[in-house]
Amino acid sequence: MNPVSDLIRNLADQYGRNRHNLLPILQGVVEQEKYLSEFSMTEIARELDLPAADVYGTATFYSFLEHKKMGKYIIRVCKTITCSMKGKNQIMLAIEDMLKINVGETTPDGNFSLLQTNCLGFCHKAPAMLINNEVYTELTPEKVREILSSYLKKKGVHNDN
Amino acid sequence: MTTNYQLKRADFIFKNENDWEEVLSKNINRSPQELINELISSELKGRGGAGFPTGLKWKLSAEAVDETKYVICNADEGEPGTFKDREILSRVPFKVLTAMAVCGHVIGAKEGYIYLRGEYFFLQPELNKAIGEFEYYCKEINLDFKIRIFMGSGAYICGEETALFESMEGKRGEPRNKPPYPSSCGYMGKPTVINNVETLAHTFTIFKYGAKRFYDLGVQYSRGSKLFSVSGDTPKPGIYELELGMSLADFVDEFGDGDTKAVQVGGASGFLVPRKRFSETAIGFQGKLTGISLPTGGSMMLFNSSRSMFNVLDNYLEFFREESCGQCTPCRVGCQQLLKGIKAVKRGEKNAQYLDKLLRLAETMQYTAKCGLGQSVANSFSSIVENFREEMIY
Amino acid sequence: MAKNIKITINGVTVEIEPGTTILEAARQTGVIIPTLCYHKDLCVAGNCRVCVTEIVGQKRLTAACATPCEEGMEVLTNSLKVRNSRKHIIELLLSEHNADCTRCYKNGNCELQLLASEYKIMTQDFIRLVPFKKYSIDMFSPSIIKDDSKCIRCQRCVRTCAELQGVNALTVAHKGDQMKITTFFEKTMNDVVCTNCGQCINHCPTGALVEKNYIEEVWDAIADKTRHVVVQTAPAVRVGLGEELGFEPGSRVTGKMVAALKRLGFDAVMDTDFTADLTIMEEGTELLTRLKKVLVDRDEEVKLPMATSCSPGWIKYIEHMYPDYLDHLSTCKSPQQMFGALAKTYYAKARNLDPEKIVSVSIMPCTAKKFEANRPEMHDSGYRDVDYVLTTRELAIMIKQAGIDFMKLEDMHYDRLMGESTGAGVIFGATGGVMEAALRTAYELVTGRDVPFENLNIAPVRGMDGVKEASVKIENPLKEWAFLDGVELKCAVAHGLVNAKKVMDSIRSGETSYHFIEFMACPGGCLGGGGQPIPTSPEIRRKRAEAIYAEDEGMPLRKSHLNPEVIKIYKDFLDKPLGEKSHQLLHTKYTARERF
Repeated sequence: MNPVSDLIRNLADQYGRNRHNLLPILQGVVEQEKYLSEFSMTEIARELDLPAADVYGTATFYSFLEHKKMGKYIIRVCKTITCSMKGKNQIMLAIEDMLKINVGETTPDGNFSLLQTNCLGFCHKAPAMLINNEVYTELTPEKVREILSSYLKKKGVHNDN
Repeated sequence: MTTNYQLKRADFIFKNENDWEEVLSKNINRSPQELINELISSELKGRGGAGFPTGLKWKLSAEAVDETKYVICNADEGEPGTFKDREILSRVPFKVLTAMAVCGHVIGAKEGYIYLRGEYFFLQPELNKAIGEFEYYCKEINLDFKIRIFMGSGAYICGEETALFESMEGKRGEPRNKPPYPSSCGYMGKPTVINNVETLAHTFTIFKYGAKRFYDLGVQYSRGSKLFSVSGDTPKPGIYELELGMSLADFVDEFGDGDTKAVQVGGASGFLVPRKRFSETAIGFQGKLTGISLPTGGSMMLFNSSRSMFNVLDNYLEFFREESCGQCTPCRVGCQQLLKGIKAVKRGEKNAQYLDKLLRLAETMQYTAKCGLGQSVANSFSSIVENFREEMIY
Repeated sequence: MAKNIKITINGVTVEIEPGTTILEAARQTGVIIPTLCYHKDLCVAGNCRVCVTEIVGQKRLTAACATPCEEGMEVLTNSLKVRNSRKHIIELLLSEHNADCTRCYKNGNCELQLLASEYKIMTQDFIRLVPFKKYSIDMFSPSIIKDDSKCIRCQRCVRTCAELQGVNALTVAHKGDQMKITTFFEKTMNDVVCTNCGQCINHCPTGALVEKNYIEEVWDAIADKTRHVVVQTAPAVRVGLGEELGFEPGSRVTGKMVAALKRLGFDAVMDTDFTADLTIMEEGTELLTRLKKVLVDRDEEVKLPMATSCSPGWIKYIEHMYPDYLDHLSTCKSPQQMFGALAKTYYAKARNLDPEKIVSVSIMPCTAKKFEANRPEMHDSGYRDVDYVLTTRELAIMIKQAGIDFMKLEDMHYDRLMGESTGAGVIFGATGGVMEAALRTAYELVTGRDVPFENLNIAPVRGMDGVKEASVKIENPLKEWAFLDGVELKCAVAHGLVNAKKVMDSIRSGETSYHFIEFMACPGGCLGGGGQPIPTSPEIRRKRAEAIYAEDEGMPLRKSHLNPEVIKIYKDFLDKPLGEKSHQLLHTKYTARERF
């Protein structure tokens, strides 16, 4: 049996199989897989007895429910006003330079995806970014390089491909 | 016109919450009517930005006849420049949980939800721990009330209450038509009280100290204190609890960097106030005494003279272009037109008079959009273009 | 009942029932408020905002379609503020719309175009957004073309697909400026659960959803003198076509339609009603055979209830949604496909024509028929059985192109051999009609007597209720049907796929035990088909149904088995119902498909 199908069945067992359980299940798959593939959405539709189109329509409404393949670590840099005023572009450049990817792209080794996002709610500690669910604030290019280095050193990051 | 009200600090929200058990057990033994009256006499208004009287909100839901009702804490704090709700939930979660349970007692609800924005995922473990402890105590005092966290997934519009219900029901977060209102038909079509995190925290203050203590703060029509999220060009960004009714001039004296050119009050969907109008602007809800008064979710973004107001507006409109739910014409297409419009004027592809056409469009958006957020997305456009027209053109 | 409330609209006091919306109140009193996302068949969305009105004392405007009236409300529908706002909204919609009207299939029948013309939007002040978007046109479906650049995101199609049809092939995806109407993972329409019913087309206010038209192909065939072009017309076309050509809804234009088709240059104009009658012979016999196998032989391979198979939208629906129930479908082809198979065999032989030279065209109230004709199995004549399927709307276009003054045409008759019909064939066009026709024949076949309903009108299966039930008790049957004595034949009729779902779920759960069920994909049956004139509404469909039943009442023969050409084809060609030739030409198989 496909591990994603198992995951979805377990999530449905945990949360329920009604329409109002859809979001936690989508989130559960994204938590594990980093994105919702066509297969995942089909399986969710089947498991919850929902039209597949509705699952797609709902998932694509939410910025954090990616439906394109993402890296193991998704970097989301806040681009809203205060972060933008406090040097977001420099942060972006530092990341792009270090990971050799542009915004919207994933590193060839599948470890990092770089995205921009709307207000993270850390305007008083701008600029801010999320790496998966971890928040990093008051960023400088140096700080960002340190943070990314620590991720690069993490066991498993390079061994995945 | 100037206002006489000065900036006064307050300290209620983050004051220790060690006595929440006492506050809870005391208040669930009071009658719903008594609690509603207490809230009404406090004149507490919703702290999410819309400013609906909280006591009335609870009263309407209490009067609705239904076996099942819900209490929902709106923690989908997505307005740019706002970060107070996270602080409340991480520093004084029991105040919010207590307030939810009291609300459940008042309206007859046994289930509560905290709709937490996806960006605050990291708050979950601590908050769940608090909920566990809270529910344990509820069991001890035989209070049948359960609280669960519902996670959002990155959609600003879900802060709109009916969009939030749709989202909780597993759908796209698109605002509903009103009426019906949440008090009679909210989450799952059931009577629902939905309050902002901060609003709930204030009810804790009121239930603990009585309405008078709260009412005595602030000014007429704008009673009590409020958390302000201060960011931008300020030497002291952060969260501050201040009495309502202060003049913006006082605020800028306290928080500005000496070169404040304008303040955006109420986030990207709020208004930009230029320096020349600081002294005539009071921060509170609409009222006769306070001159120009701005309702606010508490976001205060300061800009100094190094900032281009064009860039600021461009950033806001970019935000709304993406975050509009997209269902209604004025908001979906209007945001695109405003954004493309200011760029076209800046590049000289449209003449300066085009801004006037866009100002009229902004007015239409305000009149005709389906939801409260759609009606306010053009506020920043209008206030920036009216006050900094030359920066839009040159 | 609650007391009426009083409001004023533009200063005029109106008394209305509580719960009435501002829009309904205005319409009741002769005040027109423009709408786009509103449709009588669908739930209220309130998202286009074209219907905004002013309530005195309120700063914001309110959507008339979504706002219930309250006592004392003073409504203004034409204040300066309303007019300016409405004009802005139309301008906004146009800025996002590929307003290339002269090159649009819906030119002249577009609600957005009409509004733009009423409000005299003469300038293009706002920035055109179309060039900034990556729009695509989906032309892969044989039935439906979806052009996103013309979509105004009113979501009428999405609501239609969900509420009327329960298919949910269409959805709203993404948000903000990226928000669009699409399918699962933005696949093409032929690659998802779409049934091709075309109800989305019927409910689309613009040219974003239209039928794939084959008008030029048919003109070419007509012009080709080496070809013999045969045309058939479905029952429901005759009560719809008039609406496109200046008649009121509910007008019967059978004779004029035949005359027009002859003027267009078709070599033979015949009637799908003929194969509808033939369907009754085949399907009725199949039902009785199934009953015998189940009740007498206890054959567990044979399934009841038997479901009708005339509606290709329904067929594709059951193939996707209930693939384990395909054994319940009658194996009969639809009347269109029976006609097609016979045109290139029976007709060709009788007229001494080379079937290869025959072009078979059908005029259908339906877009799913285009898909059906395209199914690989529909080649039993040795050729593609039906070459081109045109909707009622496409026929109207051809009539206009040919310069025919339709109103002035003298009635003409169908050509012989496959042009004769009975009232039973005609009522195939309305929900319940196949059931009624089948019962008229089957009951008589079994008992030798008329079906026990006054004037042959089986009232319980008529009307617009989504699911209808009827039962007929069989008493004193003829000797060979003795096993049916005392059997109460239980029937159901469902139209609109959302109702089909209800019935199918009741069968699956075992809570109902019908013998025979008629399913039609479209609301009201074929008369409300996805190829019928636009607009559609419950009122319009009711009028078309009245016309169908009036046509039936006016026919000298009203039972399929009395159709002289049906009698003749069995004598000359087919031998007997369910005979070998029938099996070869008139019956088919189904394909299980994926639901997800």
